[in-house]
Parts: sequence; structure tokens; C-alpha cells
Amino acid sequence: MENVEASSWHRLHPLSPVIRAGRVFIGAVIIFAGTLTPGSHDSETGVITRLVLGVLVVAFGGISWLVTRWRIEGNDLRIETGLVRRNSLRFPLAQIQAIDVVRPMLARVFGLAELRLRMGGATAGHARLAYLAAGEADTVREQLLALSRGAAPQADQPPERLLLSLPTGRLVASILVGSPTVTFLVLGSVFVTAAALSPKAAIAILSSSGAIAIGLVTFFWRRLNGGYHLTVAEAHDGLRVRSGLLDTTAETIPRGRVQAVRMVEPLLWRPFGWCRLEVDVAGRQHRGGENSPERQQLREVLPVGTRAEAQRLLGRILPDAPVERSRPPERARWKAPFRYHYLSWGHNERCAVTTTGRVARVTSWVPLTKVQSLRLVQGPVQRRLRLATIYLDTAGRAVHAAIRDRDADEARAQLGELTVLSRSARRS
Amino acid sequence: MATDPEPAHSEMAEAWLRPSPRLGTMRRVEILAVSAGAALVVLAVTGLEVLAAAQVNVVLLALLLGGIALAGFLGDRFAQRRVRAWAYCEREDDLLVRRGVMISRLSVIPYGRMQFIDVVAGPIERAFGLATVRMHTAAASSDARIPGLPQEEAARLRDHLARLGEAKAAGL
Repeated sequence: MENVEASSWHRLHPLSPVIRAGRVFIGAVIIFAGTLTPGSHDSETGVITRLVLGVLVVAFGGISWLVTRWRIEGNDLRIETGLVRRNSLRFPLAQIQAIDVVRPMLARVFGLAELRLRMGGATAGHARLAYLAAGEADTVREQLLALSRGAAPQADQPPERLLLSLPTGRLVASILVGSPTVTFLVLGSVFVTAAALSPKAAIAILSSSGAIAIGLVTFFWRRLNGGYHLTVAEAHDGLRVRSGLLDTTAETIPRGRVQAVRMVEPLLWRPFGWCRLEVDVAGRQHRGGENSPERQQLREVLPVGTRAEAQRLLGRILPDAPVERSRPPERARWKAPFRYHYLSWGHNERCAVTTTGRVARVTSWVPLTKVQSLRLVQGPVQRRLRLATIYLDTAGRAVHAAIRDRDADEARAQLGELTVLSRSARRS
Repeated sequence: MATDPEPAHSEMAEAWLRPSPRLGTMRRVEILAVSAGAALVVLAVTGLEVLAAAQVNVVLLALLLGGIALAGFLGDRFAQRRVRAWAYCEREDDLLVRRGVMISRLSVIPYGRMQFIDVVAGPIERAFGLATVRMHTAAASSDARIPGLPQEEAARLRDHLARLGEAKAAGL
């Protein structure tokens, strides 16, 4: 393993533009193949236009590759790009929350990998190095992580310890036993009923449900690809999560950068005793804009597993999670009739845990060192019932620990205590 | 840990500061302006009807104007209560912000967690010499702001908070 020269400039891999163009490129090749086969009746100018366009695309890709370079400058990673408008990006290494190695299928074919640096901060984006040779990517990742911890890059690391690997059979079963399947069954039964009543209506329903079917297939595929051969290992710098069927990802969740942990137990999984464990890390990118489903921003360290496995992983992520929990007062049933049976919370000096949920039980753990601010909220119904809710805000975006519907006096006292505890946790 | 060593939150002992009383006036002016605008629209439509020599429904006109006046009155009462509900308190390690009439909220923002502080003053606020101070932490959900501060007080608070934030800063 050779360290990358810190001061000199580096280029991305020459094949990067090809992979970045990805599907567009493949599509273009198919179009060209269509026009160039004998028997097509395209005019010569048409062929020439397309060829020129193709050459332009390749040229632009090449130029963007030529003008993009990166290097490590002291404590920053600097990426320069752009021909006409030079764009120089500087990412402070100390703010790195995690570095992922992402390998789309096309990149795997060429033996390349993308490095994605997740930065902290409310508005910070993420740095991408797409693409590097796979071996180089690992080296650079190690080096950046070491620099982000302020240590000199080390050559020899203690080997990783495998904590968990996900059986494919259980993954497939868990994907099939889910709410999309219920939707599918409902749709199917509607279709059958409609077909029995009138064939015309059945055709109409069938044609309109095409989009839903595509959505379902994408959903199944994404979950399968995301969880396929998932392994969680404990490395010297945090938990390493690897997964993927065609597109593989390798993420490292550094110790002490976890904002919150969430365990979800969906209703349909209850007969099997399964649950899902997700980790919220600051600076996780928004994949599809601000309104994208929040679940996508979480990293599933355990897409499906038994409670015992989840507890074991949790013990590695948050070593001192509280066990004792207390229930809200009986009168909270009037405020939250569908949630009441799950509501509870507990805390110790370092961590708070809350459970909530209507159909699926959701348990969230928040380390008190990560609490950004606390809020005590009391709505009109709660005031009448002398209840109040405490929110623990963290820099993670998807898990919001809410201590719901506690006795108002207790909530006030606990707000004070949690404030003091999170302050001392922050200082220690 | 069920029993709290401290007596139920010692916030009452500390000095709670409030936005300037001019904030109440400002809200009243805003509501007046909106009501006047609505009334003008109604009157303009009536005027057009008169010009077109159509039958003017006097009862409807009176009802509309009365409704606007009533809505403005009720809105003003509620706005005044909301203005009175805002309060903030600078403690040793954190800032408390209290607000809300229907839904009462109390936020605790540790100084060390504040990433940056905005002072915003819109045109109406500037006309009243007021400003809004907004505190940002790394958490998107901890939206804490104090509206209607006199501009000198807003500047003082901003500098004070920034200084304390720097002194007590904590990483993510």
C-alpha cells in the first residue's frame, strides 16, 4: 500500500467520463449501431450530425477529465474542475463524517470506484472523486480518514472483525413480506374481481397499474441490491458496511459520528421477530431534493435481522445505551390513542432512548453528546391533559427523538436534567 | 434517574426578556393594512357595480365589511397574545426561547451548539426599528428565533451569542 503523494496534483482515472456518461453513453452507442447498420434509410447528413454529436460528447468528457484534478493540501482536500469557469473546492478533512466507496456496475466492469466524502454541517455538500482505480480508491480513503482523525497515515492496520453478515434468503423473504406486497395483493385482488365483473374494466385497470408495477419492481430491486451480501465489520476506524449485487457500496461509519440510531419493527415482520436497524450520520446527502423520503437518508446497517442481532450491533455503535424505560401516564391514551401502546422513554448519563409508532414500533437512540438543542412543546390538547413532549434535535436529518406525551411537570424536570446531562456529556 | 436533583427547572428565577412593545404595534399595523386592503377590494367591486348601474346588495356589503373588521379585530387580539408570549432568557450555558399561545414551545439552545446567528430586518420591521435574531444549530429542526428586538438589542444579542458560541464551541 503506497500513500498518495500529498503535495502533487492527481487526475481521475481516464475512463471516468465514459462511466460518468454511463447509460447515456450506452444509449448513444445503441443509436449509432442502429444508424450504421445497412438497410437503414437515414440521409448522410443525419449520420454525420450524429457522429459529430458523438465526437462532441466524447470530447467534452475528455476535456472535463483533463481540467479536473485533486490533491491533499495540508488539512484540506482540494478539487479543481471546470474549463471556462474554474471551480476550486476545498473540503476540510476534519469535517469528514464518513467516506463511502461506491461502485456502479459499469465502474466495476472497468475496475474503478468512486469515493464519496460526506461532510458535516447543515448546508455542506459532499465531495466526489469519480472515478479512481479500485486499489487507489482504498488507499486514498484510508489516508483521508487517517488525516481526518489527525493521525499520520499508517501502513498496517489491525484486521477487521466481522460482526454480522446477512443471509440472502432472509433478505428476500423480508422484502417479500412488506407493505409493497400488501399493495400488490390488494391490486391483484381488485384486478381479479374487476375481471370477473367486466373484462373491459380489467383492461383499463391493468394498463393504469403499469406505473405502479414498475415502481414496485424498482423498490424490490433497490432493497435487494442495497442489502445483498451485506456484511458489517468492525474496523479500527469504525463500522464498515459493505453490500450490493450489481452496484456495490462500502461505507464506513466512524466512531463518535453517529447522530442517532433507529430500530424499526414493522407489523408484518413481527411473526418472524425481525427488525431493521438504521444509523443517522450528519451530512448525509439528499438524494432527491428536500422532500425525498426521509428513510433514504439513513444507512441501514441491518436491513433485516433478529432483535438479538440488532442489540449486538447497537452495543457496538452505542456502547452504553440505556435499558430501563418508563411509560407515559395513562391519560396520554386520550392524546395518542394509536401510539400509546408503544410510547416509552429512558435515559442515562450518555444516551436517551424513545419508542413510538402507530403500526410499526420505532425505537430511537440519541447519544446526549449529539443533542443540538432541546424543545419542550405543549399543544392545546396536551395542555388540557397536562402533558408535554420533549424533542431532542440532532444534526442527523431523519431521526428525531421525541419524548412524547409525558406528564407536564415531569417533562419540565426532565428538560432541565437532559440539558445538564447533554452539557456535561459534551464536555467530557 | 427518575427523580430530578434540581427543583423543577430553575427558569423562573432567571430574568426573562421580551421583544419590544413596538412589535405589538407592528403586528397591529400589519393586520390593519391587510384588513384595509380587503375592504378596499370590496369597495372597489361595489364601485364597479355602481358604475355599471347594477343593483348593489347593501346587506351583503355590510356583512363583508363587518366580517373583515371582525376578522381583523380577532386577528389582532390573537397576534397581541402571541407577541406577549415571546420571551427569551440568557443563562450561563444556553439560551432559552419561549413562544406560542396555542402550542407553547420552550427551546433550549446551548451556546456551544450555535453555528451562526442571523439578524434579519424586513422593510416593515426596519420602519419600526426592529429586527429578528435567528439562531442556527447543526440540527435543521431547532428553529429558534426572536422577533421584534430593537436593533441595538439585536446587535448586542448577536455579538454576545457569537462570542459565547466561540468560547463554548463543540464539534458535531
